[in-house]
Amino acid sequence: MKEQTLSVPVKMVPQGRLAMWILIAGELMIFGGLIACYLLYRLRFPEWGEQAAHTSTFFGALNTVVLLSSSYTIVKAHEAAIKKDLQKITLWMSVSILGGFFFLINKSIEYTTEISHGFTFSSPHLQESGNTIGSLFWSFYYTMTGLHGVHVLVGMIVMFVIMLQARKGKNLHRVELAGMYWHMVDLIWIFLFPLLYIAK
Amino acid sequence: MEHSTHQLSFWRKYLFSTDHKTIGAQYTIVGLVMAAVGGFLAYVFRYNLAYPGENIPLFGELGAQQYNTFVTCHGMIMVFWVAMPVLLAGFGNFLIPVMIGTDDMAFPTLNMMSFWIFLLSAIVLMASFFVPGGAFAGGWTMYPPLSANGYMNTDPDFWTAFFSGGSMMILAVALEFIAMLMGGINFVVTTINKRAKGMTPFRIPLVVWFINIASVIFMFSVGPLVAGAVMLLFDITVGTGFYDPARGGDPILFQHLFWFFGHPEVYVLLLPSLGVLGEIIPVFARKPLFAYKKIIYLAIFSAVLSVVVWAHHQFIAGIDPRMATFFSIGTIIISIPFAGIFLSFMATLWGGSIRPTLPMMWALGFIGLFLIGGLTGLFLGSNTFDIYAHDTYFVVAHFHYTLFPDIFFGFFAAFYYWFPKFTGKTLNAGLGKIHFWLTFIFFNCTFFVLFFNGLAGQHRRINDYSAFSNIIREPYITFEKVATVSAILLILTQFVFLYNFITSLRKGKSAVKNPWDANTLEWVADSPPPHGNFNPYPVVYRGAYEYSLPGVEKDFIPQNRMSKEDSFEKDLYETEPAHGYVN
Repeated sequence: MKEQTLSVPVKMVPQGRLAMWILIAGELMIFGGLIACYLLYRLRFPEWGEQAAHTSTFFGALNTVVLLSSSYTIVKAHEAAIKKDLQKITLWMSVSILGGFFFLINKSIEYTTEISHGFTFSSPHLQESGNTIGSLFWSFYYTMTGLHGVHVLVGMIVMFVIMLQARKGKNLHRVELAGMYWHMVDLIWIFLFPLLYIAK
Repeated sequence: MEHSTHQLSFWRKYLFSTDHKTIGAQYTIVGLVMAAVGGFLAYVFRYNLAYPGENIPLFGELGAQQYNTFVTCHGMIMVFWVAMPVLLAGFGNFLIPVMIGTDDMAFPTLNMMSFWIFLLSAIVLMASFFVPGGAFAGGWTMYPPLSANGYMNTDPDFWTAFFSGGSMMILAVALEFIAMLMGGINFVVTTINKRAKGMTPFRIPLVVWFINIASVIFMFSVGPLVAGAVMLLFDITVGTGFYDPARGGDPILFQHLFWFFGHPEVYVLLLPSLGVLGEIIPVFARKPLFAYKKIIYLAIFSAVLSVVVWAHHQFIAGIDPRMATFFSIGTIIISIPFAGIFLSFMATLWGGSIRPTLPMMWALGFIGLFLIGGLTGLFLGSNTFDIYAHDTYFVVAHFHYTLFPDIFFGFFAAFYYWFPKFTGKTLNAGLGKIHFWLTFIFFNCTFFVLFFNGLAGQHRRINDYSAFSNIIREPYITFEKVATVSAILLILTQFVFLYNFITSLRKGKSAVKNPWDANTLEWVADSPPPHGNFNPYPVVYRGAYEYSLPGVEKDFIPQNRMSKEDSFEKDLYETEPAHGYVN
């Protein structure tokens, strides 16, 4: 107990929440840049629609439902954290982590199907058949969903660590921070889903 | 450990420290070591420019590819591994907690991690010199297609491509960004949440404001470049075609992503140094800072503008001329807030009783030199002139006239000003004056002549001019040699600084608490401030720049003094006891 007792001053927003907002703003700029690049190319190449037709709208929609539900459960965990109900926190956070897990399983099924059809990072068969512009779509697809997938994975690890602490009643305020991060992951997916799956 | 102890082990105290002052020192020292590396690279390629093909002392012969590597790495190192750690992380860590009157950063562990990630990034960068093919040689802006195609890694194997100079440069820059993002979050949260009692927003010293504005610009502009760098990394390693025109990609896209970050970055580097001037000039003019609030508004205005001027770096890249006009106008408008800030500094000097101390000399030198850099920037901001001057030594001279004062004059001003505070020792003023005058003279001799070479058409990325008849004639050959000899002398001058630094640190006179009679809170703390900085914590009653106030016994009044009439002898400082402070 040293640093905490030492600090005197004014507190406007709780420290962790403030830092999290700044981090989220920074993350949104990363994905914002990527999405802006994608949109500029998408407007230039209407033929990307043919490639987007190969992505599985069903799995995309399922994943959207899964992520949205896990956002709901992390809110329930936050609610439990306010009431200091340790069992409920553990329960709802585990459900959220399972949601992330389910998301990644779906994603890997999708990736496997697409790769087995020859749609890879640089899609050599499209390039050989002269459809080099189509291969660029897949580069974007894997970069955007891959980067998002990494964020899902990080979110799961963060939630797991915080759950272990919260189970013992430590650092309950961090449940909210994990929730904020998880909402951001969710929000980004809501942009990726129509751009990569629905717009054909 | 149950209670706070000041007997920390060597490791905790000097290496894995969470104390903001130690971390600031770590950042600054690594930054200065990297400055030595960058300076050495500059020496080697400058020597080659004046005496092409000759054997370079301390190095040997410089090949054309190596020349490209050296120029690229000189730029990269000076911007990302000298300016960023010294100006943003160094100043931010040293100054923010003591100037707002608190014990440490909001997240001390995050702060420590930020330094270690930064150190790792520097190691990755240095390691890239030793991979097959050498460090990255495609210019510090990393433009594709040169950076994306495998001209240095013809082997398409993933790991070979991954350990090429280009990939390692991207990796190093990415790590550096992560470190600075962690630092930036820390600075902003600390400033918002941990201010001393009474430290209202408009009592915060200018430098703290400016470091925060710089952190915010950095955090909001760097995102798209992170995305762009990931795409470039995939282009190099897994053969995607994001920037490959043959496959529908667009190399100009990377230029947009790069400069969307790259131009705000200029202001990220400029603002902390300007903030330092804002501290030094009122103290040594013994006058309140002129238009303190307006300066802050102007800085915020320039921060907003800074993200809509980026394409002035791309006037000849084939962008739409209508767009070029828009960016030209934006670029010229952005000089208005900075002109305003500099005019406020001038107005602060006006009628003041100026004390020509060392920090003041560096500060005034900064203003004089930056004026030349800023005014030539106006020429280049106009797209009609830029088409002629683009990529010539005119541009090189221009940005060295902005960045050299910004990085080094700004750093040295801060160094000579706060050295007594953070080390508890006094520097040798005579050696300091020699250091200032020699640096000032040799810097001008190095770069002023390059304006003429640039206007004569000397292109900035060519190592051997023997085929260029417009350059291989007098006076340009002599100018080239003048610049090189001066650059060598400029580097040698810095040994005076090094000597002064080391001897003063070991044998310098002990410094008093407030050697410059300054108002801000860091001068309330002991020299050097102990772990925890203040005991007890200060309470702030007034703004940072109340100099020569009528009715006060002396010509300054520290921020934590409640009443004007109180005698300075009665009590040193108004304070309230801190709760729970152990020791």
